[in-house]
Formats: sequence, C-alpha cells, structure tokens
Amino acid sequence: MSEAVAVHGAVEPAETPLTPESWGKLGMWLFLAGDAMSFGGLIVAYGALRYHSKSWPVPAEVLGINLTALMTFLLIVSSVTMVLALAGLQEGDKRRFNKFMSFTILGGALFLGLQAYEWTHLIGHTLPHYNLAFGKDLFATTFFVLTGFHGMHVTGGVIYNSSVLAAVNRGRYQAKHVEIAGLYWHFVDLVWILIFTFVYLL
Amino acid sequence: MSSTAHSHHNYIKIFIILSVLTAVEIGITFLGLPRKLLVSLLVGLAVWKAALVALHFMHLKLEKKTLTIIAIVPFVLCVFLSLMLLPDIFPR
Repeated sequence: MSEAVAVHGAVEPAETPLTPESWGKLGMWLFLAGDAMSFGGLIVAYGALRYHSKSWPVPAEVLGINLTALMTFLLIVSSVTMVLALAGLQEGDKRRFNKFMSFTILGGALFLGLQAYEWTHLIGHTLPHYNLAFGKDLFATTFFVLTGFHGMHVTGGVIYNSSVLAAVNRGRYQAKHVEIAGLYWHFVDLVWILIFTFVYLL
Repeated sequence: MSSTAHSHHNYIKIFIILSVLTAVEIGITFLGLPRKLLVSLLVGLAVWKAALVALHFMHLKLEKKTLTIIAIVPFVLCVFLSLMLLPDIFPR
C-alpha cells in the first residue's frame, strides 16, 4: 500500500517549481520583500511621528530639493543603464555590458558622493541655522535614519554591482546573476522614489 | 533582433515617463495646492513611478504571478500598518 503511494508520488510531479530557471531570483525577491518591510516600517513610523508633532519644518525649505532632484534623476538613469547592461549580456555583447554596468556603478557612486555632500552641508550649515540636529528633534533624526538606511543600501549595491562586473569578466557569472543584481539595484531606486516624495516633497 | 530593439525602446520610454513624472512632482509643489490634494497627488505619482520600476525594470510584468504576490505582500502590510495607526494620528 505504502509502496503504491510512493510510486504514485514519483510519477505525478508534486507542484511546478516557482522559478525553475532561477532559484536565486526567488531568493532575491523574498529578501527584497523583507527589506521592503524594513523601509515600510521606517516610512510609516516617520509619518506617524510627523503627524503627531506640533510643529514640523517645511522639508523643501530646510533640505532643498534641487540637489535631491538631481540625485533622483541619477538613480533612475543608473536603473536604465542596469537594464541595458543586462540586455547587452543576454545578447552576448560583453563590451556593451561592461560599458553600461560601469555607468551603473558610477551612477551609484556619484549618488553617494552627492549624499555625503548633502549631509555635510546639512550638518555643518543648514540644520544648526534652524536649530535642528540629529538626536535632538524628530525632523533631523527621522531624516538621517531614513536617508542613511537607504544610503547603506546604495553602498551595498555599488559593492554588489562591482563584484558582479568582475565576476562576469572572469567568466564566473552569467546573465542570470546580473538579472538578480539588477533586481536589488532597481529596488534601491524604487525606495528612493518613495523617500524623495515622503521626506523631501511632502 | 527586432524584439530586443523593441525592448530597448521600451526601457527608454519608461525612463522618459519616470523623468517627466519626477518633473511633474516637483512642479506641483510650487502650485500652492490645498495640502490634502497635494499629498494625494504626490503619493499617487510616487506609487505610479514605483510600479513602473517594478513592472518594467524588475520585469514583474513578464514574470510568474508568484513573484508579484511576494512583491505586493509588504506593500499591503504597510498600508495595513498605516490604517492601524490612523486612530492615533487623527484622534477623535
């Protein structure tokens, strides 16, 4: 009897796998879903704290949005170069992959440079002028926690993308690995789109 | 070949839409709209842009439904979390 069940089980495949072509892709999506909840928790907490506060500085006034608009544009561009790099590798054009992947990494690094400049300027000049500081009031504290958490993700992405670029050129990684790295990179872009709205524009 | 050229065309199209939406977001903050309208518009535009990135750059449009469901879960949970906090945000 039990043998019959076993044979039956062997003949009938249990279920179709989620992503037979890449378990790595499924793994990355699960990680991103968890990561999205971390960002979501921080953004919702930011909203709750902000609406509870008796006064809240006008973000666009204190933070300025010109530089941030440029940073937003940079991340969107680096997302596009990422998909173009992947498309290049999928078509077997390694030179195109190298070119666009380098642009993607450069875009991320440039974003970090601008964020470092922004933080330095805020900490040294703007925030003291408004009598705000990290750890002193909710506006500055939530700002640095949110943008810092995102900035660490960009840092991780730049390192990740650089490793992928090197691994592809050593012949260890193929297009499917680049696609997984792309998922992470686009997610970082997606989160910045939300942070730009909630922290800078609203 | 034509299909790949087409997909590149799509990526550039999405890029242009994202850039225009970003410009619109910044533009409407200067219009002096009522606060509630401005917040709804900005949140709507941000969700629209995020969906474009997920559907086209992250290929959710072409993937199995399972991945879309995984992607939607944190979004739904965060909306729930916001709704649960609403009584605290706007006390009667």
